[in-house]
Amino acid sequence: MSAQPNVDTEAWPESYGDEARPRMGFFTDTSVCIGCKACEVACKEWNQVPEDGLLFTGDSYDNTGGLGANTWRHVAFIEQDRPLRVGDGEDGDAFRWLMSSDVCKHCTHSACLDVCPTGAIIRTELGTVVVQEDVCNGCGYCVPACPFGVLDKREIEDDGRVWKCTLCYDRTREGMTPACAQACPTESIQYGPLDELRERAGARLDKVVADGFAGARLYGEDPTDGVGGFGAFFLLLDEPEVYGLPPNPVDTTHDLPEMWRSAAVAAGALAVGVAACLLGGRR
Amino acid sequence: MPSLGTSFGRGGATTFQQDLQNSDCIVIMGSNMAECHPVGYQWVMEARERGARVIHVDPRFTRTSATATDYVRIRAGSDIAFLGGVINYILENGREFREYVVNYTNAPVIVDEGFQDTEELDGFFSGWQDGKGTYDNSTWQYAGMSVHGSAGQREMGANQGEASGHGGHGGSLKHGEPPEEDPTLEHPRCVFQLLRRHYARYTPEFVEQVCGVPREQFRMVAKALCDNSGRERTSAFCYAVGWTQHTVGVQYIRAAAIIQLLLGNIGRPGGGIMALRGHASIQGSTDIPTLYNILPGYIPMPHAHAHEDLQEFIDLNSAPTGFWGNMGAYTVSLLKSWWGAHATAENDFCFDYLPRITGDHSIYQTVLAMLDGTVKGFIVVGENPAVGSANSGLHRKAMAKLDWLVVRDLVEIETAAFWYDSPEVRRGELRTQDIGTEVFFLPASAHTEKDGSFTNTQRLLQWHHKAVEPEGDCRSELWFYYHLGRIIRQKLQDSEEERDRAVLDLQWHYPTSGQHEEPSADAVLREINGTGPDGSALSAYLELKDDGSTACGCWIYCGCFADETNQPARRKPASEQTWVAPEWGWAWPANRRIIYNRASADPDGKPWSERKRYVWWDEEEGKWTGEDVPDFQSDKRPDYVPPEGAKAQDAIKGNHPFIMQADGRGWLFVPAGLVDGPLPTHYEPHESPFSNRLYDQRGNPARQIFERPGNHTQPTDGQPGSDRFPFVMTTYRLTEHHTAGGMSRFVPYLSELQPEMFCEVSPELAAERSLVNGGWATVATERAAIEARVLVTDRMRPLRVNGRVVHQVGLPYHWGSRGLTRGDSANDLFPIVLDPNVHIQEAKAATCDIRAGRSPRGAVS
Amino acid sequence: MTERPTDGYYGRPIVKPPVWKDEIAWYLFAGGLAGGSSSLGLAARVTGNRALARSATFTAAAALTASPLLLIKDLGRPERFVNMLRVVKPSSPMNVGTWILTVAGTAAGATAACEATDVLPRVRALAQGVAGVLGPALATYTAVLISDTAVPVWHEARTELPLVFASGAAASAGAAAVILTPADSAGPARRMMLAGAVGELAATSVMERRLGELGEPYHTGKAGAFARAAKTATAAGAALGAFAGRRPAMGRLAAGLVFGGAVAERFAVFRAGSQSAEDPRYVVMSQRDRS
Repeated sequence: MSAQPNVDTEAWPESYGDEARPRMGFFTDTSVCIGCKACEVACKEWNQVPEDGLLFTGDSYDNTGGLGANTWRHVAFIEQDRPLRVGDGEDGDAFRWLMSSDVCKHCTHSACLDVCPTGAIIRTELGTVVVQEDVCNGCGYCVPACPFGVLDKREIEDDGRVWKCTLCYDRTREGMTPACAQACPTESIQYGPLDELRERAGARLDKVVADGFAGARLYGEDPTDGVGGFGAFFLLLDEPEVYGLPPNPVDTTHDLPEMWRSAAVAAGALAVGVAACLLGGRR
Repeated sequence: MPSLGTSFGRGGATTFQQDLQNSDCIVIMGSNMAECHPVGYQWVMEARERGARVIHVDPRFTRTSATATDYVRIRAGSDIAFLGGVINYILENGREFREYVVNYTNAPVIVDEGFQDTEELDGFFSGWQDGKGTYDNSTWQYAGMSVHGSAGQREMGANQGEASGHGGHGGSLKHGEPPEEDPTLEHPRCVFQLLRRHYARYTPEFVEQVCGVPREQFRMVAKALCDNSGRERTSAFCYAVGWTQHTVGVQYIRAAAIIQLLLGNIGRPGGGIMALRGHASIQGSTDIPTLYNILPGYIPMPHAHAHEDLQEFIDLNSAPTGFWGNMGAYTVSLLKSWWGAHATAENDFCFDYLPRITGDHSIYQTVLAMLDGTVKGFIVVGENPAVGSANSGLHRKAMAKLDWLVVRDLVEIETAAFWYDSPEVRRGELRTQDIGTEVFFLPASAHTEKDGSFTNTQRLLQWHHKAVEPEGDCRSELWFYYHLGRIIRQKLQDSEEERDRAVLDLQWHYPTSGQHEEPSADAVLREINGTGPDGSALSAYLELKDDGSTACGCWIYCGCFADETNQPARRKPASEQTWVAPEWGWAWPANRRIIYNRASADPDGKPWSERKRYVWWDEEEGKWTGEDVPDFQSDKRPDYVPPEGAKAQDAIKGNHPFIMQADGRGWLFVPAGLVDGPLPTHYEPHESPFSNRLYDQRGNPARQIFERPGNHTQPTDGQPGSDRFPFVMTTYRLTEHHTAGGMSRFVPYLSELQPEMFCEVSPELAAERSLVNGGWATVATERAAIEARVLVTDRMRPLRVNGRVVHQVGLPYHWGSRGLTRGDSANDLFPIVLDPNVHIQEAKAATCDIRAGRSPRGAVS
Repeated sequence: MTERPTDGYYGRPIVKPPVWKDEIAWYLFAGGLAGGSSSLGLAARVTGNRALARSATFTAAAALTASPLLLIKDLGRPERFVNMLRVVKPSSPMNVGTWILTVAGTAAGATAACEATDVLPRVRALAQGVAGVLGPALATYTAVLISDTAVPVWHEARTELPLVFASGAAASAGAAAVILTPADSAGPARRMMLAGAVGELAATSVMERRLGELGEPYHTGKAGAFARAAKTATAAGAALGAFAGRRPAMGRLAAGLVFGGAVAERFAVFRAGSQSAEDPRYVVMSQRDRS
């Protein structure tokens, strides 16, 4: 707890040398989210993201659905017959409405970055993960590789490329705050150096638990998890699955050496097999 | 607005949103603050983080309820029963802040012996004039003295055609006190005892029956307020149109004012009443008014039969005591700013140029007059009545009767397009080729395309600077009105008619710039601020004179251009000043952020407690000081007693904080200014499934009903046919959309967030009416039937009221026939029935039926 | 709606299903066919079976032409296909695969050109050697490609999928060769086809069993239909090929069935991926097991 949290990734800060800047990220504290969706709108306005479909879902106040090529901040709404605070509503009238602004996690071990065949997806000098829109050829490999379902191909107007949250690279490069964090009225979305955010989040969790919020937990702050800790992590009030988040996400690249080994075995078997078939004559 | 005005002296929020962080308990009622004021709501969240109770009382569990510490479900339209219950709880349990109540409110004042309460007259106060449908308030006066209200119908007698003019010549304060009062609060006719008798039946059991709130839950709220009031702790109320849009709306707010005065929360940090006004500049639109019955700074509009000359006008409308005693200075300065050198003492400063009202010219009256053919033209600027007004269908039909219509807006809203795109045209009820209205649509500039100011809900003026040129034909409001006036004056310049002098003598020269000759907004602001005899900008309204040497476009804004500086444009960051942030923007009056803040100190001028210090008397310096601009004469000692015959503010004692009021006190009981009673009384909404548990008189007797074709009232409890519309319906806003949709339904980023009109129903109601989540429903009243998608949710639940189960149907009101997201308008369902003080529609409680399935779209016979 | 969702967040997918269209399923198949054929071609050349080498060479070249074209067609920005070769990136099986395709494709094309025009035998030999050696890699990298995602039915089968693909490659390459080669030279191809078919049936069976509930997509919906068709066709083709395969007509019929079965199996795997990602249950299941 006392040591500075380790926020290093493979490409950052090492490959940047002197140009490396502190690794920046998001801490999204859903205990103070009021579901206003200012983050969704600010993101779209700043990044000129296209409208994502006028579709009434009937899923509480969430008509956005989820993250994708044309939605980089998504506010989830979950109505539950459970109390907000431990001990509330013992008369059976317990009810709470969870709200949470989801975003790309800018993973420390980033599967999308690893599998991208063109090298379009890079780690920036701020430690964030960004798709270079002038390189991406829309092969779509990153789409099923992301354990959170963040990326998607933009199918409109012959665009064809994959898009996701840039952590407002054009703003943060100039020392500005990302649009969503700037717009959030309750500071549910906090932007800052990732190591500072992790420390702050620990203290915040203690307070939220002490204030009696049921189910409070941090999600993605642990550098030992399957993606090495998230660059954008959360304080949730229930299990991740309730929010549509994977309980135990892993960067698939973690298993890649094992996969190449299995492939080598199979390849070897094929080679041997083909050779064997050539024995025994032509008929 | 008149509720706060008559209770405290000014019609505006008593505090500012940032102050909510200091509250120990915040009650949000008649408001969905998180959804409708999300940026201001961060201060409620801050209070919550500091351990405050946040109690949300609402018919629906909303995004505000989701982050509150307590949610209380209430039947829409029963708030006075609830608030009256809190008053009863305070008085019966002796929880009032005694020292504050005795010294700062009119609790000790003894009322005229002719006064009779609704408890004695089965739902009426004394003075009801049956034929006229109004009250004569002479029996409501203080014993031995008549007082003027600081707001509302200050010349109530005059408005009803009587020229008798109360009060100006009646008895007056003696050394700052009314003639008869009892500081022990025991006298049977003192206000305190009148309160007790009036609310005696508002017990927790009564609240449970009428509101559907379990008595223990109600007691929890009342206790929380009481426990968090007093010297060491303060509580705040936040309300919005969930309170104002009722036939007793003004009385709802009065009830909160009574609670806050009894608990001693007004004028104190973390206390007060935060009136949450919705539009970015709605406060501004009543300060520099767009209302027919007031002039800038809440000076009343003169009445044709009552105010023969300027002096009579001033006499009838000002109190001899309190800051309204300076009304002559405010009025003359206003006239000087409009007519300049033409306005002289000889011609009453052009007082005769002012138009006169002859009755009720409010918007709903006007629209009904359009239907009747007596109003021929209509200019609609930044409003969308075809969607946003009660009985919106009737509005669309009314516009079809006009000769001409001008609409200025950012996009071609429903009001501008009604003649070819509306439900009536779709149904064949109106045919485009038969509509004779000539429609002019003038595109408007957005706020980024023009200089100007907003005056927001906390009386804060904030300047905005033009960032880009408007495109095409888009022009600002300032450009439109200035050039309209210029062209009219040009056309009239050779006129010999007397009536045209009013227009021709106007001061109408402003510097302009750019290729479109845009008038300087700064120049207009400076004119509003006012100038002295030497033409330099004034600094304070105390400098205004009634001799024509000063000019001022709005006395409450005097000071906004002090030191020739655009004060509303100040933007000192929060990190560089105190939490009150007085150097960000400029608030009226005089940049005070919490008004009536003298009340944050005790009668001796010391803070009630260290924890709640805000403004106090500095004996050494001989002046008031503290965190904010004192809302008091800076050098008036706490122990000041006015001499005999003292006038205006000098007649107010040193321990009376409500300096606008005639007696310097907060009014628990309002003897003058409100047309429907000195005390709030529970009445049922105009349309309700229930009769009034208290009285035979169901609804507010003074409410304005307009029974006519297209605006029929539905049968209510007990009447034949009342079971046709058994459910309570209420309307509200969503964060994602803006009022009548002109600024959101045409924007893709907002439209996609809430892409369809929908209704919210409980699972129980859904089961009863076979409604399916995501499916369609038709909601119907006498006036109209609309369709909506269905959202079935546990956030809506049935209530138990008067021994039976009642369901509520929730309807957002943003939709109309145009834009990226289109749908039926909820306001089509509501009748026009109005609060009699402010002519605001009852859009928050009515009755309806709901059925599964879409509504028929074809022509109806 | 208001109860605690048992289906996650309104039943929405957690991992996004692949955006790939059927072109990619064919691309996965073509890789196997190309890999098996180029290895077969090299082996046939080395053992002097000219007719077999010839047909395998042309098959490999055709498959290696189709493969990149299919990949390019599925790109959102086809004109940027060259960006695949901007980097050499071992962490991206698609990048590795593109390099293998490029080298092997060039080699197979050169081999086929030389074969067709009967010129430059040494060039042909070298090219055939390169393509043939890369054959097994071609046949199996596609399995790594799809395993290296977050799709449960793929990622959790990462040990078995290369075997499924390799045996499928053998089956399809062998079958193609049986169809295209005169029966008196097609013996090794027939044996390869049968071994591949049996291997495919065994490998898919082991994979589905090891997946457990995560393997449900192979029994439901479109993926299930393809999987069933694959098993039926492959088994029938193997049986027919085993007992009547030496006869030219029967042999070709059997090869057709095995070939079709291999195509179906590739489509079954491809479709299973979408089905696996669509239902959030599988993602949660696979991760709760892990923790």
